[in-house]
Amino acid sequence: MSIKENITEIRENVWEIPSSFKKEMKVPGRFYLEKEAILNLEDDAIEQIANVACLPGIQKFAIGLPDIHFGYGFPIGGVGAFNVRTGVISPGGVGFDINCGVRMIRTNLTEKDIKPKMKEIVDKLFVNVPSGVGSKGKIRLDENEIDEVLNFGAEWAVENEYGWDEDLKFLEENGRMLDADSSKVSEKAKKRGIPQLGSLGSGNHFLEVQKIDEIFNEEVAKIFNLEPGTITIMVHSGSRGCGHQVCSDYLRTMDKAYKRHNLNIPDRQLACAPIDSIEAQEYYQAMAAAANYAWANRQMMIHWVRETFEGIFNQSSEDMEMSVIYDVAHNIAKKEVHNIKGQNQEAIVHRKGATRAFGSKRVEIPKEYRNAGQPVLIPGTMGTASYILHGTDIAMEETFGSTAHGAGRKLSRTAAKKKFTADEIKSDLESKGIHVKANSAPVLAEEAPGAYKDVDQVVRTSDSTGIAKLVAKVVPLAVTKG
Amino acid sequence: MKIEKNLINPNIEKKFEFFEVTADIGYWAYGNTLEEAFENAALAMFDVITNVQKIAKNETREISVESEDKISLLYDFLEELLILHEIDLILFSEFEVKILSDKIDGNGNYKLKASLTGEYIDWDKHERKSEVKAVTFHMMKVLCDTICKVRVILDL
Repeated sequence: MSIKENITEIRENVWEIPSSFKKEMKVPGRFYLEKEAILNLEDDAIEQIANVACLPGIQKFAIGLPDIHFGYGFPIGGVGAFNVRTGVISPGGVGFDINCGVRMIRTNLTEKDIKPKMKEIVDKLFVNVPSGVGSKGKIRLDENEIDEVLNFGAEWAVENEYGWDEDLKFLEENGRMLDADSSKVSEKAKKRGIPQLGSLGSGNHFLEVQKIDEIFNEEVAKIFNLEPGTITIMVHSGSRGCGHQVCSDYLRTMDKAYKRHNLNIPDRQLACAPIDSIEAQEYYQAMAAAANYAWANRQMMIHWVRETFEGIFNQSSEDMEMSVIYDVAHNIAKKEVHNIKGQNQEAIVHRKGATRAFGSKRVEIPKEYRNAGQPVLIPGTMGTASYILHGTDIAMEETFGSTAHGAGRKLSRTAAKKKFTADEIKSDLESKGIHVKANSAPVLAEEAPGAYKDVDQVVRTSDSTGIAKLVAKVVPLAVTKG
Repeated sequence: MKIEKNLINPNIEKKFEFFEVTADIGYWAYGNTLEEAFENAALAMFDVITNVQKIAKNETREISVESEDKISLLYDFLEELLILHEIDLILFSEFEVKILSDKIDGNGNYKLKASLTGEYIDWDKHERKSEVKAVTFHMMKVLCDTICKVRVILDL
């Protein structure tokens, strides 16, 4: 019998696997998927949601979002919220690239302004925003400074003149998790972080110049200050080797911890510890520090983007109105207050490949946006559209204020390289007027749009189920990749 | 990467071979001994990062790791190499591994010493392939029978 036979549709595009599916399940599993997507979903990813539902202290549902696919422990596109007294923290619920996320800035430039300078823009962004390992870093931290970055995040960056004070207001957590403690981050993680701060990374990370192509909700677009036809810039990046090492270090710690705490878990990759344990607290503090590193990292890159545009257009970034729309994290665990069983309760919400999508009136949202709900940034893949949505009260009720984070892979890297060549991809993008520059030919083939699921479908499902509503569509004009 | 058929065990035609994993990359590495399988696992990891045949042999490093079991030993060995690669901006293509065990009645550890040879990164010369973000325990295996083989999945 297929695992899918246990799933029922409870309303359009919302599916449930009952807690009776496995005797250890404490809550049902929920999936936000169109019918075609649920039919194509790997059984392993469904099994992973059922496994997450077995973890101690889980609240309401284990959640699979519209971009769900099989991951390490939790699926990617997975959310689990845990009671702060009876629950657990699991590094597998956050992922390797802690606070991998997306930042978007607006401008008052139009396609007409930038078209004649497109090649120069791409070439200079490629040089000015370093990408992979061995790129000439633009800064070199010393060992004391890395602690400052880990503890203060984007605040450290702004204090060191990377960007504007007002940027901080438009970053999730204002670019700094206060629970961060750099002393809980290993020397290995710090050493990996020192040479990589202010760099994009490789794989699906990118820096993209886009234009606002379509507005779906004029009222919210006005609140977010989105003008049709204007240029935006998006950066998708995370905590680099520092965050990966934090995850690796604490996976080892948790592997011992769950045995020591006699936790009965269905999958070793869900290794976890009770929230009030030393292991969980230390992981949370280290994870928060790695998240801060990522916010500092994106802050620095956006600063260099502004400098690049200033040099090309001979205008100040203030005159070009290059302000931050928003910055979202999509691999993170956070203490949040949610309505659970009719009461406001604190929970640790794990979002792995999932974007926070808080509804209106939440104090965590900048007051300028509070009437609309939080901006939600869902990037497409190289050469496809990306979207701006807003969080909703439905998301607050059903998904702990969460939605999808992008389009998951459908082809392995090996399969993508067999199917596509870098030259084909480059010429295909250029025929559509999209300039592309990457550090390596294999990355272009691996990251081919055809290697990914359809981001339009992911966004459509978010919108139709009400967990995030469409505001605007942006299309790429230029992209640089590590 | 083909090598001559191994004289001790003619079944080993390859040092390593990759297999499909959706978002990451996986491989099996082979050897007549556990040490040789570990050496080839290291070579495979650097083959993900660059074309290992273009790495000159003018820098050497010595490392040692100690772990509670063979799987952890493989993980710790590869992680140590990845960290060295990132911090020293170095690529390796030659590995000489020695493994000792002081396990008695299930207690004690495995100890690994390795000599590594390679050169500093020069992306004008070396081919950039993929950036390895982390070694994972996901599906990791260490098997020794007539030959030794190890399975690794890297997070990219």
